[in-house]
Amino acid sequence: MTEILIKNGFVVDPKNKINCEKMDIAIKDNKIVKKVNDKNAQIIDASGLTVMAGGVDIHSHIAGAEVNTGRIIRPEDHYKDPVRKTPITRAGTGYSIPSTFVTGYRYAAMGYTSVFNGSIAPMKAKHAHEELNDIPLLDKGTYILTGDWWFVLENLAKGNIDECARLVAWLIHSTRGYAIKVVNPGGLESWGFGRNVHSIDDQVPNFCITPREIMRGLIKVNKKLNMPHTIHLHTNNLGVPGNYQTTLDTMKALEDLSTDGKPVAHITHVQFCSFKGENWRKFKSGAEDIAKYMNNHTHMTLDMGQVTFSDTTTMTADGPFEFSLYELGGHLKWVNSDVETESSGGIIPFHYKRNSPVSALQWSIGLELALLINDPWKIFMTTDHPNGGPFYDYPKVLAWLYSKKAREATLKKCHKSARKKSLLPSIDRELSLYEIAIMTRAGTAQALGLPNKGHLGVGADADVAIFNINPETLDIAQKYRTARKAFANAVYTLKDGIIVAKDGQIVNSQVPGRTIWVDAQTKDPCRIDDDMKRKFKEYWTIEYENYPVTDHYVKISDKLAIKASV
Amino acid sequence: MVTLTAIRTFNIPIQAPCITPENFADKTIAELKKLPLTEGNRNVTLGDLFKIEQSPTETPNIILNGDLSKVKRVGQAMKSGEIVINGNIGMHTGEKMAGGKIVVNGNAGGWTGSEMKKGAIEIHGDGGDYIASPYRGNDLGMKGGLITIDGNVGTDVGCHLKGGIIKIKGSAGRFLGYHMTDGVIYVEKDCDVRAGACMTGGKIVIGGALEILPSFTIDSVKPKVKVDDSTNIVGPFYVFLGDRSERGVGKIFANKVANPALKFYEKYL
Repeated sequence: MTEILIKNGFVVDPKNKINCEKMDIAIKDNKIVKKVNDKNAQIIDASGLTVMAGGVDIHSHIAGAEVNTGRIIRPEDHYKDPVRKTPITRAGTGYSIPSTFVTGYRYAAMGYTSVFNGSIAPMKAKHAHEELNDIPLLDKGTYILTGDWWFVLENLAKGNIDECARLVAWLIHSTRGYAIKVVNPGGLESWGFGRNVHSIDDQVPNFCITPREIMRGLIKVNKKLNMPHTIHLHTNNLGVPGNYQTTLDTMKALEDLSTDGKPVAHITHVQFCSFKGENWRKFKSGAEDIAKYMNNHTHMTLDMGQVTFSDTTTMTADGPFEFSLYELGGHLKWVNSDVETESSGGIIPFHYKRNSPVSALQWSIGLELALLINDPWKIFMTTDHPNGGPFYDYPKVLAWLYSKKAREATLKKCHKSARKKSLLPSIDRELSLYEIAIMTRAGTAQALGLPNKGHLGVGADADVAIFNINPETLDIAQKYRTARKAFANAVYTLKDGIIVAKDGQIVNSQVPGRTIWVDAQTKDPCRIDDDMKRKFKEYWTIEYENYPVTDHYVKISDKLAIKASV
Repeated sequence: MVTLTAIRTFNIPIQAPCITPENFADKTIAELKKLPLTEGNRNVTLGDLFKIEQSPTETPNIILNGDLSKVKRVGQAMKSGEIVINGNIGMHTGEKMAGGKIVVNGNAGGWTGSEMKKGAIEIHGDGGDYIASPYRGNDLGMKGGLITIDGNVGTDVGCHLKGGIIKIKGSAGRFLGYHMTDGVIYVEKDCDVRAGACMTGGKIVIGGALEILPSFTIDSVKPKVKVDDSTNIVGPFYVFLGDRSERGVGKIFANKVANPALKFYEKYL
């Protein structure tokens, strides 16, 4: 039994409305408790330091088939960032697609303790879980690409929500997933026929269904299953100039589904879907319109997908989008695929350069969105790792959010389009530590429906991050570099009540972290008839019997059992 | 001038990026001896592997003696000065070089002159694979400078070439000038298959026999071709444009006399 007392830190805990108050945090085993015995407990002196809950990343591509294919096609990426082994940690490689162990170490060094994987196709779930098992120091979960799964399309086209809900529950259980992921609804199925959908009312070939119906149907399914997270949505027309209109249409289409004012969908990497203008030459920021809408509505949450100017690797299940990026980016090496009856995928290395008008404007759109949306509980900080930039650029993104000076410094080095075509230079808002804690921990944990994460109240998981920021003496907006360094190297990171990182260095790499997955228990079991098995035989390369992820694939399993209402 | 002589034969790869004229300047022998290297997975010093002598003559700045085919990254990122290597040298010699000169009186390993920007490399023996090419997967090809090779070279020479000149007196392996966008490669003798695959610009001149990819189209027949300011090669040459599958307009000059098999292209002129 271990007891730890974190003394005299400035605690920032938005969920419990604690803003930079000097107080102690007591930890017993792997939970936060009211108090511990001073004499027996290990004391961490946090005087002059900021204490937050461990970071929760809502969207980051850290495991799965596309991540691994990205690693394979980019040897030059690993070449420039090799990571040596130490007596405690294992060797690996970094840059845009770090190896599994390095992913864990680098997240932990920044004070992150939970990360949710952006997407995996159901039939690639086994691979994803094998990789997640190898990521140490983090609690993980993964979203399952459900939006273009044939059984979902068939049942939604028939209007058969209850049956669809049972199938989705079976799918999430069989893949040990955490939430429903919808990528370019309808577009991925069309991509199998070399086509795409261009608005939320386009027909999906062969299925008599529109993206609007898919999204609305899956939100209803999500509600029937009482899933902890909302549906996780990657909109249609992503990365196409003028797509802010599609994004607004999507948001409006889902408005009436929220009955209690709670969010019903999470639009991920919203920066990539806030483009205005008819083509890339007339490319402008559509952030203002999105922000205006978001400030008046509560049925959505967003995450940024910030661009950080780096040589990175874009990877998404949105195959048609990656194809257009390939055409745009000058025929570089690329991977594109149609994942049978479930999804598609694409990978392209991409260098966001400061002097490129498009990249510079993308950078400002992301920040505009985060700063113009008044409520930090609605928009969270991500880079859509590695699509906008690798996750270890988070401290940079935070600096741009809490310091106008930092933004000005980058604006000076950017292409003039960032200044001319966006509102960013006129925004004076600078986020406080409290708001940052919401965008990186409390808000994401709430959106994910994780009651024990993202806060430091009694009963929460003992995941704590301590940063070398003294809110009384350090003005983070002025000395943004000092604070950026502090966010990059947490003084202490505690995972499950064990100190895993100290001063940005890993001191204990033996905490494996759990894989959190949802078991939505339906009243009637999912009907698996011969017809379904026949379809598996005819259209999938994996047979029905081999399809589910079995228990031994998930090393440390954390089942979240919920009662569904169907 | 510093002379380094190998104390023993090296069986395990040695990483020696510290051997550059800039790094050696104004250092005493005692300081030079302490420069760090790695031999396999062990950290060693320059003094452990080489006998070091200093003499007052100015050029060349560094002379290396012995069979150094396991020694990698000599002259990495050097900006000025001259290195002479009497013997074979290993991979990545003169990588990211921005000036100065390297003379190899022996064979050179792979990736010699990789990502080079300026300067000159002379190889008086054979060259390995990937001469002047970036590391696998990368597109940061050689941007400028001159590489001359007296012997033959291996495969994938001049990949992603963006500028500069490579002159090869012998013959070349497969995928010569793969993905090149600019610059000149001149091969005096034969060239193996798939020269200029995916090239979008630049010039490849082959004095001997070669095969032309089907994605190249014949443009003209020219009596001679200019390789650099002082060198004109007399042909006649078939001029091919390509790689059309990448919408490229690179040029391959194939010697007419040495390539009777390409005669059928003349009817398309």
